This record gives sequence, structure tokens and C-alpha cells, in this order.
Amino acid sequence: MLFIDLWKKVVIWVVVALGLVLALPNAFYDRVEQFNDAEKAIEVGFDTPENLKKTELWTPFLPSGLVNLGLDLRGGAHLLAEVQVADVYAQRMTALWPDVRDVLRPERATVGTIRLQKGTPDELRVKISEPVGMDRALQLVRGLSQPVTSLGGAMSNDLDVRAEGDEIVVNLSVAEQAATTERTLRQALEIIRRRIDEVGTREPTIQRQGVDRILIQVPGIGSAAELKEIIGTTAQLTFQPVVGRGSNPEVPAGAGNEVLPSLNDEGVYYTLVSAPVVTGEELVDAQPSFDQNNRPAVNFRFNPTGARAFGDYTRDNIGSLFAIVLDGEVISAPVIQSHIPGGSGIITGSFTVEESTNLAVLLRAGALPAGLEFLEERTIGPELGADSIKAGQIACIVAGIAVLIFMVLSYGLFGIFANVALIINVGLIFGLLSLVGATLTLPGIAGIVLTIGMAVDANVLVFERIREEIRAEKGPARSIELGYEKAISAITDANVTTFMTAVILFAMGSGPVRGFAITLGLGILTSVFTAIFVTRLLVVIWFDRARPKKIEV
Amino acid sequence: MRLKLVPTVTNFDFFSRSKVWLGISGVFMVIALISFLLQGLNFGIDFRGGTTIRTESTTEINVGTYRDALAPLELGDIIISEVFDPSFDADQHVAMIRIQAQDGEEAVTAKMTKDAFAALSSVDPAINFVSVESVGPKVSGELIQTAIIAVILAISAVLFYIWLRFEWQFAVGAVLALVHDVLLTIGIFSELQIKFDLAIIAALLTIVGYSLNDTVVVFDRVRENLRKYKSKPLKDVLNLSINETLSRTMMTSVTTLLALIALLVLGGDVIRGFVFAMTWGVIVGTYSSIFVASAILMALGVKRDWSKPNNEAGTQVPQV
Repeated sequence: MLFIDLWKKVVIWVVVALGLVLALPNAFYDRVEQFNDAEKAIEVGFDTPENLKKTELWTPFLPSGLVNLGLDLRGGAHLLAEVQVADVYAQRMTALWPDVRDVLRPERATVGTIRLQKGTPDELRVKISEPVGMDRALQLVRGLSQPVTSLGGAMSNDLDVRAEGDEIVVNLSVAEQAATTERTLRQALEIIRRRIDEVGTREPTIQRQGVDRILIQVPGIGSAAELKEIIGTTAQLTFQPVVGRGSNPEVPAGAGNEVLPSLNDEGVYYTLVSAPVVTGEELVDAQPSFDQNNRPAVNFRFNPTGARAFGDYTRDNIGSLFAIVLDGEVISAPVIQSHIPGGSGIITGSFTVEESTNLAVLLRAGALPAGLEFLEERTIGPELGADSIKAGQIACIVAGIAVLIFMVLSYGLFGIFANVALIINVGLIFGLLSLVGATLTLPGIAGIVLTIGMAVDANVLVFERIREEIRAEKGPARSIELGYEKAISAITDANVTTFMTAVILFAMGSGPVRGFAITLGLGILTSVFTAIFVTRLLVVIWFDRARPKKIEV
Repeated sequence: MRLKLVPTVTNFDFFSRSKVWLGISGVFMVIALISFLLQGLNFGIDFRGGTTIRTESTTEINVGTYRDALAPLELGDIIISEVFDPSFDADQHVAMIRIQAQDGEEAVTAKMTKDAFAALSSVDPAINFVSVESVGPKVSGELIQTAIIAVILAISAVLFYIWLRFEWQFAVGAVLALVHDVLLTIGIFSELQIKFDLAIIAALLTIVGYSLNDTVVVFDRVRENLRKYKSKPLKDVLNLSINETLSRTMMTSVTTLLALIALLVLGGDVIRGFVFAMTWGVIVGTYSSIFVASAILMALGVKRDWSKPNNEAGTQVPQV
């Protein structure tokens, strides 16, 4: 007979109730969002009356999880950046040259003269004039390498040193490259996160993607270009002694010097000592401010080591020029007027207020370990997102009503049961989306609409089976029972296969496509649940009450 | 009384002309393939890199003036098209501008967007950029690769599952039907030159899922009937199964189409291509599960010995 255990009934109702309660906050999106923001603000100490008032917008004992809206619905900026780890390899190799020179020099007798050769950026090529001394030279250079612990626990050295004719070629070993990439990426992520937090936008997504990429999504920001200015700048700040100033970029710099352009004065080039006196790494604070002429500037403060170096240098070089260099460009090169002992100073240049604010943010957050190249960027205006939500909502409602009417026309009372299940189904999808913190995108809305259409499928399969059984002159109870029993195989197969495609989409897709896969996948789960359990429960309850002699489906 | 899409009991003969149906499908597939090879798809920036800018203005859009305004920037190939949609307000004029990937640049530079905005503002002061999307050639190459892998992976996963649950003939029939659907969808996108981007790949996979859903329901009935009528010719069993499930096939297709058409008309232009692909896919998928999948099953023949003990109920997933 038609019978469902009491505990099963209870479980079904509890699941439905739970899902609907979880979905509830989404019906009051604005209020709950304000409530959540206020709660968060109070947690970190901003318990202003305004925030406290906002906490009354929602009952605290109800869940307050919301479906996140994707960038295409809320508006915002999306960037995919590739960290130029190869630059770091190159820097390492450049930095290695003095060490190599220093270990080989005392052995001139065996290796002969040593000369740096031009090679690819990720290697160091050193030519020695006495090839007989190659073995000794290799041994010495290998002595510079240090062990790396790789994940597998296998020990290897950070440098690969080999001989090519009369040249010594040094590379970073594979293990060291991997370790360097890992370290660089982690640093870059951290710095980007700090910079974005400094600007103070809400709920940014900053994720590593693949080996050397970082995905940054910031809702609500006006344009990706704005975002790029904040995170794209390396912000390597150095203070370097000035050797000379001129208008020729090709001027011979001399050993240990470099020629850098001026940021603001076109055609002006400075010859600087390459080794910086102090770097931005020793900064502890930077704030936007104004100089004595009321032009925007940036105030900074060094840590004790930086302060000492800075103080000593200014004391010893009063009257000479001192360059402040940011990312390979000279911001300004003031004359040292006096000894600056306190470790704080001011950077002036032709800044706008916005630029000085940004520079301060960048200096506070620290320099990126390597440059970024942007592979993908998308800006979606909030108006477009709002339009999409509006259109999606209308489409959902119209689709829902059309399907509801169609089901009642086709299956009568049973159609109403299916409709109740369908409404619960949509509620459950939102409940699950809120629960797992998934992101709803525009294709995701399409996924929900598609689910509305397809959710009735399982019910249709069952109802059609019941019809067949009735035609085969089975009793009403038996027909319903057999209908469910026989349809289950088709329902399983059909939904497992669709679910598989949703999983593949989720695994392979990104952004909006992934949002679609989530709603499709969850929609399949909830629609099977509602069709098999909820509709059936409704049918059984009705059947127990009405005890019909004859049923019509 | 009840709304009935098809009579309660149908007895259509779907197989007397099965060769004709297969032939028609074959011809369409060839046309789709030729169209794809000759015209190619109108790839969006996801797949070929470049920049799209969506502009909105309260004044009428003149594509020619826009083009002239942008010409001095020397951005290479620029496509400008006006977008119309019933959901727009009366004074909402939308245009899409597509700019080719710039040499040596991975993504759009802030300067280019600024320049384009300045140029367009000079001819249309009310203009506003509502979205700017830019994809570099590196990523777009990878996106194509991932998309192709995703479709192949989906189809093979399905092949494997059906082979487990049914017999290999069913799997071949189902997969050929899927290939048919995917090919015809690609064909119509190439023929009508509708923009083909990442979302369309998602739509393709959904079509795969939907068409399969339909095919599996028919096959499930075929399997059941093969056990029930052990001596009936295969053709009759297939016919009976399709007729028995016809009512359900139509019901589900109609409800899904109702939902999709609502979205197609009211959902806005941003996802129109995506929804169009799905709508088309549902129609093609329904057709293919009846006329392609079953016809192939018929041509391949099927093993009639269903005496394996663990397959009796047909409700269990085999142990693997």
C-alpha cells in the first residue's frame, strides 16, 4: 500500500523547511545585506548608532547568508594577472655575478681571466681564459649553491652549474625555480591583498590560478583600469646617490652605475649609483600629505635600520643630489639640505592628490616581488548588472507561471502537487546557493530558469507512468506505487548523466560558466529530491485523506 | 478536461522511414560542417582575444559617426553594431564595439579605453561605457583548448556511463545523437554568424545533458520492453517504446521550451545567444533522441539476452 514511514515524512519536511529558511534572507536582499555589513562593522569596532540601527533590520536568529551576486550582476572589475616569475629568475642570476666573480678571482692562476658573457636572462654565462681550470672553476661556483628542500623531500641544490666549452653556465635548478615561483606567488598574493584592503572595497576575490596567475575580482569598483593602477604597479622604491644629470639616455654610466629617466621632466636622465642607500622595504609608514608649498606629497618613515642608513648618508653628503626612484623612474632628486636624523622624510614631485594617495597606499603595502602582466580584464558597470537582474527576474517569473499553468492544465490535481514541489525546488536552490556561498551569475539565472523547465521532468515521468498503469486497469493505489517504482530507473539515469555534464562544466569552466554549472547541478539535486520525495509525500497525504476509488492523472 | 499534447495512446510508425530520417540528419550535419569550415564561427573575444566595449547613450546611435570617431586611434579591425532589445527604455541606445587584439599587448591598456571614450564623447556627449571586456591572446588560446576538452570529456563520460548501464549499442546511439546535436548547433551559429563565446560552450554542454536526458528515457523504456517482449522484432519494440514515452517527451520539451522562450524574449540581450543555443538544442535534442539515437540502435541491433541476474530490476547501478 501507499505508505511512507513517519520518520521519512519528518526528514522530508525538515529538509524542506531548512532549505526554505536558508533561502529566506534572499527575499529581503537589501535589508539583509545592510544588516550583514553593519554586523561586520560592529565586530571590528565601528559601533556607530547608524550601524546599530541597521542591525534591527533583520532577526539575528534567522540565517543571514545570502547568495553572492557575480560581477556580471553586481558590476565590478575582474582581472587576470600573470606574475612575471622569469624576472625573478633573471634578478637572481644578475645578483649572482658578483659572488661568482669573488670566488673565481683568487684562483686566477688556474682559471685565468674571467669575463661575464651575454646569455639568456635566466642564466649566467662566465667565460674563463684557461679551459684547463674548468673543473676547479665549476667546483668553486658549485660551492655557492645551497640545498633546496622540495616537496618530495628529495634534496637538490638551487643552482645548476655546467660547462659549455670555455664558458661556465649557471641556471636556477628546477626545484629552485619551483620554490621561487611558489614564494613569489605567495608574496604577490599577499601584497595585492594588502593593497586592495588599503583601498577598502568590499568582498574582493583574490585567488591564485594555475602556476603563476592571480585572479582578482573586486565588486563595485568603477573600472578595471582603476584597479590596475593600484595593483599593477610594482612600487619598488629606492633612494640612490646621484652621479650626474643630463639629457642623453646613452651616456656611459660607468661601473656600478645606471642611467634612469626622470618621471616628470621628459628628456632628463640621471646617472645614479646602482646600489641603493635605502629601499622601500625599510619603510614602516607612508601617508599622503602636502609640502610647504601646499602641493600633494607623501610623508614616509623608516624602520631603525633604514633610519640609520638614511641619517648617516644625509649627514655625510650635505649639498649633493639624492634620487628617489620608483620602478625605474626618478620621481625627484632633491639636494640634501641638512642631516636628516629622524628617519622620516617627504617625497615631492608633480603629484595630483589622487596620485599621492595611491603612492602612499602602494608604499605602505610593500613592493610586488615581480611585475604583473594582465591577460584578461573585464569591467561591468553596475547599471548593466541591475538591468540583467531585472530581466532575469521577469523571465523567471514568467517562465514559472507558464510552467505552473501548463502543469495544472495537463495533470489537474497532480499538476498542482508538482507545482508545489516546483516552488519548493526553486526555494531549495536558493537555500543551497546561500549555504555553500556560491555565486549567482547571469548564466546562473539561466540555469535556474532551465531547471524550472526541466524540474517537472521527473514528475512528468512518474505521472505518465501512473497514467499507463491506470490504463492497464490497476487500482489507484497500485497505479501510484508502480508509477513511482518504474519511473525511478529512468529518473536516475537521466539525472546522473545531466549531473555529470554539470560537474564537468564546473571543473573546466570559470566565472560565469561556473556559476551556471552550480545552479544546474544544484537544480538537478533539488529537483530529484522534490519530485521523488516531496511530490510523493503530497500525493500520499492526499490519497490517505480522500481515499478515491478512481484517480485521474 | 486535460490538455493533451499527444493522444493518450499513439501508434506512430517511426521506423518505416528511419533511413530517410537518418539521411536528412546526415545532410544537415554535412551542411553544418561545410558552413563551419567555409564561414567559420563568429568567435567572441573569449576565443580570439581583443576588446569589447558596450556603450549606452540617451541619444540615437550612428554607427558611422562612431566608426569615424575611432578611426584616428588606429586600433585595427573594429566592428560596431547597435543592439536592440525589447527590455530597453525608449531613450536607451546600446552599441557593441569590438576591437581586435592589439599587437604585442596581452590585455587592453587603460590608455586605449580612455582614448576611445574621449573620441566617442566628442561625437556623442551622452555616451557611457557600461562594460569593457578585454582578453589577451594567451588566455583566449587556452580557453579554446579548455572548451574543446570540456565537450570531449562530457561526451566520453556519457559514453562510459551508458555503456555501463545499458549495452554498447545504446552508448553508440546516444553519443552519435549528441554529436549530431552539437554539430547542428555549431552549424547554426556559423550559418547565422551569432557570436560564439564561452557561454555558448556552457550551452553546448547543457544541450548534451538535455538531449541525453531524453535519449536515456527512451532507452530505458526500450530496455524494459526488450525484457517484456522477448520475441517481438527490435523494430516493433523500438516503435512501441518511443510511442509509450512520446507523451512524456513532448511534455518535458514543452515545459522546458516555455521557460526558455520566456528567457529568450525577456531575459535581455546579454544572454540571448546563450539562451538561443539552448532553445535550439532542446528542439534538436528532442528530435535526435527519437530519430537519430533509436535509428542507430536499430541499425546496430542489440543483444536480446537479458538474463544476467543483476540487471533484473533495472533500478540498480551496476557494481563497478
